[in-house]
Amino acid sequence: MSALNIKKGSTSHSAYDLRSALSEVEESHTLAVIVENEPGVLARVIGLFSGRGYNIDSLTVAEVDHTGHRSRITIVTRGTPAVIDQIEAQLKRMVPVHEVQDLTAEGPSVQRELALVKVKGHGDHRIEALRLAEIFRANVVDSTLESFVFEMTGTPEKIDAFADLMRPLGLVEIARTGVAGLKRGV
Amino acid sequence: MSKQMTGAKMVVQALKDQGVEVVFGYPGGAVLPIYDELFLQNDIRHILVRHEQGAVHMAEGYARSTGKPGVALVTSGPGATNAVTGLTDALMDSIPIVVLTGQVPTFMIGTDGFQEADTVGITRPCTKMNWLVKDTAKLSDTIHQAFHVATHGRPGPVLIDIPKDVQFATADYVPADKAKVSHYQPRTEGDPDQIARLVEMMEQAERPIFYTGGGVINSGPRASALLRELVAETNFPITSTLMGLGSYPASGKNWVGMLGMHGLYEANLAMHGCDLMINIGARFDDRITGRIKDFSPKSKKAHIDIDPSSINKVIRVDVPIVGDVTKVLEEVLRQWRARGSKTDQRGLSQWWKQIDEWRSVKCLSYKNSTTTIKPQYALERLEALTKGMDRYITTEVGQHQMWAAQFLGFEDPNRWMTSGGLGTMGYGLPASIGVQIAHPEALVINVAGEASWLMNMQEMGTAMQFRAPVKQFILNNERLGMVRQWQELLHGERYSSSWSESLPDFVKLAEAFGCKGIKCDDPKDLDDAIMEMIRYDGPVIFDCLVEKHENCFPMIPSGKPHNEMLLGDADTQGVIGAKGAVLV
Repeated sequence: MSALNIKKGSTSHSAYDLRSALSEVEESHTLAVIVENEPGVLARVIGLFSGRGYNIDSLTVAEVDHTGHRSRITIVTRGTPAVIDQIEAQLKRMVPVHEVQDLTAEGPSVQRELALVKVKGHGDHRIEALRLAEIFRANVVDSTLESFVFEMTGTPEKIDAFADLMRPLGLVEIARTGVAGLKRGV
Repeated sequence: MSKQMTGAKMVVQALKDQGVEVVFGYPGGAVLPIYDELFLQNDIRHILVRHEQGAVHMAEGYARSTGKPGVALVTSGPGATNAVTGLTDALMDSIPIVVLTGQVPTFMIGTDGFQEADTVGITRPCTKMNWLVKDTAKLSDTIHQAFHVATHGRPGPVLIDIPKDVQFATADYVPADKAKVSHYQPRTEGDPDQIARLVEMMEQAERPIFYTGGGVINSGPRASALLRELVAETNFPITSTLMGLGSYPASGKNWVGMLGMHGLYEANLAMHGCDLMINIGARFDDRITGRIKDFSPKSKKAHIDIDPSSINKVIRVDVPIVGDVTKVLEEVLRQWRARGSKTDQRGLSQWWKQIDEWRSVKCLSYKNSTTTIKPQYALERLEALTKGMDRYITTEVGQHQMWAAQFLGFEDPNRWMTSGGLGTMGYGLPASIGVQIAHPEALVINVAGEASWLMNMQEMGTAMQFRAPVKQFILNNERLGMVRQWQELLHGERYSSSWSESLPDFVKLAEAFGCKGIKCDDPKDLDDAIMEMIRYDGPVIFDCLVEKHENCFPMIPSGKPHNEMLLGDADTQGVIGAKGAVLV
């Protein structure tokens, strides 16, 4: 008795199919998930992503309806179209999930993130930081003789761009909220 | 108006209101108030198990054989963690069960108290939904919600964690009809337009096949009845997954047998060669599809499933229909009949000719012996001698499970309880007790392997205590048969830890439990021994010593397509061994 004809490098001697997923292009999608605000809901949603191997690039959550106890979770995720569809279906079938919107797929949307950016510097660097902040419509919310904290809102790309510019000027620390989004129009 | 009562009393009252007759459980510090209430009443029967995993599998066996939710009650900490395997099993196979766990008092949560575990945290990924109830006023409402969630949409396990102080405190009881369940109402009606597309495809199909799964059984007996009508009227062939056996009768003329890794040659080739695949309540599991790229390459596919996330998860389909099988099949039949009940007769008769050709391969044939009991022979005899009886079969996991699926015929739904998705060794014995408790007069047989059976053998004590005359039919090959088979075929015959050493004497073990033990190792004595097992009024441990090195065929090796099945040992010989190649 002998073995099966299995080529070197094959994964078919495993009890599971270990082949990589079909290589399609990955897309970034922003999902808005309206959930019952009860203990454990966020853990259940996050557990879905980690348990099934999906990505979370950004996540925000807060109660948006205090009387109805509804929270809004905004998740930025990446995947092939099939994976994005599956994520949406998996979210929709969760018992405490009321609604799932794919803000990327369902027409135009507004997406904003808030960032606090601390920059340390003297002289020209300090002046340049202020000038750039003005161009980016960032506000100074804290100031010492050797530092600023800027507050800005914008798309994640805008915040990335601002942070990149601040880096050579003395960027110390950055705090970002993650994306919040709404569909445009009604 | 509403009645005041303690949390513990609420639990019992809510269970009664939900129609619960049996609870499988094990007491402990954190559930003592509930056990007190159980003691003070006679409507709900409590079955004391020997291990909490057993309680959950019993609840599953009860649920699978009745269609009603099964209930388990266990204590905090280890009681809850021991329930995890059963919960995961029920999640994978979509079985409605409600598990109640005790918890340390609310003011101790988070202090690493004695027998404290983060039960809702641990069980979140293995339940459909779970709740930690911190307020007695919300307890009865939550229990009613739990039953609603477990049984609506795709069924599944739910868990309610109840701290001890919540059991002692008093609050208003919320009756079942006042409970907040409105927010969870999954869609059950299929989209009529999609159904119309399916009906059109059915009229034109030359090589159609119904591929049915556990969803048909979960949808209730009416779904099986409708399926039988649809198959009879269309004359399409039908195959089923392991989970769906019995929804269409094995004696039915359109039955082509189970499909999948150890499914029948004709079923798998029909799936590979069809031009219309109608998936009803199955989920394109990897044991079914083999290599995805080559899965049924030329067919249009329709998928009926109550869970939208099942659709397009693994296989892209052409006609997605989200809905309850019963309601969808009603609409399919209505539309198809309204359009004149048309099928492509010529195409179908060609298709049946092809299927009959595949059938003539007789893929289940095996080399019998006059001196050794072949496991297939043992199951053929079990089938012959119990056919027509009021019979329920459970299994453990492994070769014996696949042989049971191949050689036993199921005529009705809810008669076959097996761990499909999770593949839980140790499932069958407790499940058989759960089935027997629900059907005290029926013949309940657990087809087992000796290794699986040992995993939960302590439950024989439960069978004895509660007079559950379950028959443990152990195909004893003194090996972990399926592991051994894979090692032989795929790991260079290196039998790493796959034999059962120091096995107990099963007859003496039976005697120790106070039940009957039967041992048989001669094919000539087998029929008499099986009859002795059936006739004995009480639990039996049947030690059937079988051929040690039998392999389970047909077999589709993982990652291979349906049309590359191995039919027997001959197919596996000398393929790369001649070159002395080492397996990777």
